[in-house]
Amino acid sequence: MIDLNSAVPNSVLRFESNQLAANSPVEDRRGVASCLQTSGLMFGIFDGHGGHACAQAVSERLFYYVAVSLMSHQTLEQMEGAMENMKPLLPILQWLKHPGDSIYKDVTSVHLDHLRVYWQELLDLHMEMGLSIEEALMYSFQRLDSDISLEIQAPLEDEVAKNLSLQVAFSGATACMAHVNGVHLHVANAGDCRAILGVQEDNGMWSCLPLTCDHNAWNPSELSRLKREHPESEDKTIIIDDRLLGVLMPCRAFGDVQLKWSKELQRNVLERGFDTEALNIYQFTPPHYYTPPYLTAKPEVTYHRLRPQDKFLVLASDGLWDMLGNEDVVRLVVGHLSKAGCHKPDLAQRPANLGLMQSLLLQRKASGLHAADQNAATHLIRHAIGSNEYGEMEPERLTAMLTLPEDLARMYRDDITVTVVYFNSDSIDAYYKGS
Amino acid sequence: MFYRLLSVARRQRTSPGWQNWSSMRSNMSTAEAQSIALPAQAQVVICGGGIMGTSVAYHLSKMGWTDIVLLEQGRLAAGSTRFCAGILSTARHLTIEQKMADYSNKLYHQLEQETGIQTAIVDADGRIYIRNWQGGILSGGFEKNPKPIFTEGKNQLEIQNLQEDWDHFEPLLSSLLRRMPELETLEIMKLVNCPETFTPDMRCIMGESPVVQGYFVLAGMNSAGLSFGGGAGKYLAEWMVHGYPSENIWDLDLKRFGALQSSRTFLRHRVMEVMPLIYDLKVPRWDFQTGRQLRTSPLYDRLDAQGARWMEKHGFERPKYFVPPDKDLLALEQSKTFYKPDWFDIVEAEVKCCKEAVCVIDMSSFTKFEITSTGDQALEILQYLFSNDLDVPVGHIVHTGMLNEGGGYENDCSIARLNKRSFFMISPTDQQVHCWAWLKKHMPKDNNLLLEDVTWKYTALNLIGPRAVDVLSELSYAPMTPDHFPTLFCKEMSVGYANGIRVMSMTHTGEPGFMLYIPIEYALHVYNEVMNVGQKYGIRNAGYYALRSLRIEKFFAFWGQDLNTLTTPLECGRESWVKLEKGMDFIGREALLQQKQNGVYKRFTMFILDDHDTDLDLWPWWGEPIFRNGQYVGKTTSSAYSYTLERHVCLGFVHNFSEDSGEEQVVTADFINRGEYEIDIAGHRFQAKAKLYPVTSLFAHKRRKDDVELSDLHGK
Repeated sequence: MIDLNSAVPNSVLRFESNQLAANSPVEDRRGVASCLQTSGLMFGIFDGHGGHACAQAVSERLFYYVAVSLMSHQTLEQMEGAMENMKPLLPILQWLKHPGDSIYKDVTSVHLDHLRVYWQELLDLHMEMGLSIEEALMYSFQRLDSDISLEIQAPLEDEVAKNLSLQVAFSGATACMAHVNGVHLHVANAGDCRAILGVQEDNGMWSCLPLTCDHNAWNPSELSRLKREHPESEDKTIIIDDRLLGVLMPCRAFGDVQLKWSKELQRNVLERGFDTEALNIYQFTPPHYYTPPYLTAKPEVTYHRLRPQDKFLVLASDGLWDMLGNEDVVRLVVGHLSKAGCHKPDLAQRPANLGLMQSLLLQRKASGLHAADQNAATHLIRHAIGSNEYGEMEPERLTAMLTLPEDLARMYRDDITVTVVYFNSDSIDAYYKGS
Repeated sequence: MFYRLLSVARRQRTSPGWQNWSSMRSNMSTAEAQSIALPAQAQVVICGGGIMGTSVAYHLSKMGWTDIVLLEQGRLAAGSTRFCAGILSTARHLTIEQKMADYSNKLYHQLEQETGIQTAIVDADGRIYIRNWQGGILSGGFEKNPKPIFTEGKNQLEIQNLQEDWDHFEPLLSSLLRRMPELETLEIMKLVNCPETFTPDMRCIMGESPVVQGYFVLAGMNSAGLSFGGGAGKYLAEWMVHGYPSENIWDLDLKRFGALQSSRTFLRHRVMEVMPLIYDLKVPRWDFQTGRQLRTSPLYDRLDAQGARWMEKHGFERPKYFVPPDKDLLALEQSKTFYKPDWFDIVEAEVKCCKEAVCVIDMSSFTKFEITSTGDQALEILQYLFSNDLDVPVGHIVHTGMLNEGGGYENDCSIARLNKRSFFMISPTDQQVHCWAWLKKHMPKDNNLLLEDVTWKYTALNLIGPRAVDVLSELSYAPMTPDHFPTLFCKEMSVGYANGIRVMSMTHTGEPGFMLYIPIEYALHVYNEVMNVGQKYGIRNAGYYALRSLRIEKFFAFWGQDLNTLTTPLECGRESWVKLEKGMDFIGREALLQQKQNGVYKRFTMFILDDHDTDLDLWPWWGEPIFRNGQYVGKTTSSAYSYTLERHVCLGFVHNFSEDSGEEQVVTADFINRGEYEIDIAGHRFQAKAKLYPVTSLFAHKRRKDDVELSDLHGK
């Protein structure tokens, strides 16, 4: 659990996050950062496939694109000036990381170059106030995906950077991110991660407000989009076995150039002497591959104006949603909140002697919170993998699921990454009363 | 998982400490890990430098094997040995464990090193132990709700320091403070949470792999590594040097397990049950509750519906007895007793039915092998491996031991000659791995000699009792009388609609009856037919407890309980099952010839308790000391209440220890017969009559002469 302090816009009270790996190594990524040149807090979940390279890259880079998109013309000019004069850049993001998170590499020079090209183009637009949040999200997703795709087409000197770029482009990642600024909540989603709001009505009843649609074969509007974008002759082959061209579950994702580039381009790039086997790159051409691109990173952006009754936002990778429905998730977080309300004696301050330790432990036992989680995300993951078909917790099942050998875990569960963001109803209330 | 709380008084805090302790332990590591080039080969490579690895190395070198490489990933004694609380318990409930612990105790004293062995207090009710430790105390225990982990081959260093979990430790802490409230004021120094290894039956694993020759295992100490270290190392070293250990270690033998016990889920469930039992009272006839119903007979559901209560052997469910519909048994916890058990009357009724009418017992768990060849290879190898003469006419059944070089029983089985070149071999249930490995080891590599494990192919039903013959003749339309079907014969015949049933005129109790080996798809049909036809003869189901009572009152030894690798046929009155002059050599013949000449040093004897009150006195089970004229002469190996004699019967070996030197001397029949005997049950001695031959009045019916020595398989 990472608590936020005063530095954070006050509509967000705090957030809790956790991750359980099924793949080895884990292919999910997450990110939380605040924009330092504009106001707003960003939360992201990135679910990689075919390796973790793409998810890692998106989790490192996407927030920078969004932050830059939101900058005013003046700020961008300052940034450009600093680059020209080799002066220190303005800080763009403040990351809020967990010590266990995979380490974010600082933006490499190539990545920074591309970010700079992007803000130079933004400067050329001569928009004083920067893009709207909706536009910023929309452009950032597509721009980053196109940069990922172009970076490997352009000749690169550095062998390591070259290989990494290839791995990024030939793996994939879905992304779901939220931008919170005061009462303005924007959610951008490409793929099958999901964001939902937990809402408590005035009568005390809880409900769930989904903020994203899964981009997969079960989404009729995605189906019709795909059919619209491709000739009628491909209607029957575009989705096979509920997968895009029979290979990919989500219909939108970063990377995955196998589903974006023409066959010729793929061949040209790969023939430049990469050791695809060593790089663990899965090279294939799906059947019925006629009119690429079939895949896009263009997000669906939702806007929601936060109300006092909006209590929390849950962002999670599909590993969670495979196991729990939206209502289950809201119910579990609510249950967790009500329990966490009770005071549970803390062990962090080690009691001085055995007697005091015992009485503390007995208090903890009596409060019935013995196994309860401090972290709502942990609570959700525990129930996702430990609940039986009736939604009851089975400790035995939980133990079994958690002690699966590394090579078997992925057969029983997916990587699960969850971030729960709690809103401060009082400050939201104050916002409405003040205005 | 296994917790230890280390707690020292405040005033002590500055000087001694955890770091100190671990460095003190490191004086055991004489070869502090410097990077030395490993030799390309060695006579023995020992993986793991904990107490077991070092003990094996120590004993090997004592025996003259010095070309040893000992590999350790960390420092010596840095694994679970490092977290050992230094407690050596010499009160064990298995004889072999007792011997290992006694030996370890002596060895450690002899080594005169700082081994950290101290007096400890064990509060079994509170599941904790407490001992002095550097001015403070060290306390730990075995929780009721352990958390299993699998190490997945991860580095030891990664798993030996698990996160502390105080909430999990609370019950043990509360036990400690209940026992010693004064400790409340002690300062907490460290909670150590380290994993321990446990096995599915709470016994360690020792011995040579049945599949990789020369690969020896010594592991799974169930947190008693220090107690067993010395003895276990010694036995394993003997095993490696001499080919066999000096004691019977079957209870610990790696080969008591097969692949079937290696499933991850089975292990997870079972070790969670095993660990809390460490401090539980061990009662006789305890059955594990987890990891059950793995191997079952096709009749399992039918029998279960008729009230069967089950025990498990080698993963196979076997009926103990059948609870009648109108009878209630005690709840599991209440049924734990050292006295007369709650099933007494139930088993009595089953025994009575076996004696007077007919019963059916599902004995499908037996290990069944077929040995076939194109020529005489099968006969030749069997003649070499078994002590009895197997060159018998087709259709005959032979009881015989599979002996080792010392003449001791590696296995005890019944072999039917199906045809000139094919034999059907029945062994005890838990012989499946051991017997297979033994046969494979000795069989020549010959494509024309085929050994097949057919255990799973046949359901075995025992029709037992004087009316068995009537039931079977009705079902087979064939005369089953002794004139047409003499004892110890095997015929393939049809029973009901089913063809190809192997019918054997033998039981495993000495009662009249038949064993039916039924291809599994016919099992239900044959069972239904038997029960239908048997109705008018008063047929009922019976279980292994009835079988046990019947076999023990008739003085039948069971391999695995009475017989083991150190007992020979001559020591248990089975001379007639050994054919020393069958015209060819067999394994163990030399030793038996010598024994025949010199006499035996122990003798299998039956004891009938005289003044024992079945209702009020503690029951004998096994392991009770036998006294002859007031002198200790041995221990019982099994016992049962005989409903016919209305007395308890104990079986056991009588030795003749020299009064001066304690040396073992020859035991003659005269020596046995001329003694006054007592059996000591938990400190109370009961007078007993010793017998070298079964009570003949138990065999009411007329039989062939050698029926007296009828089979006795297994069923323990």
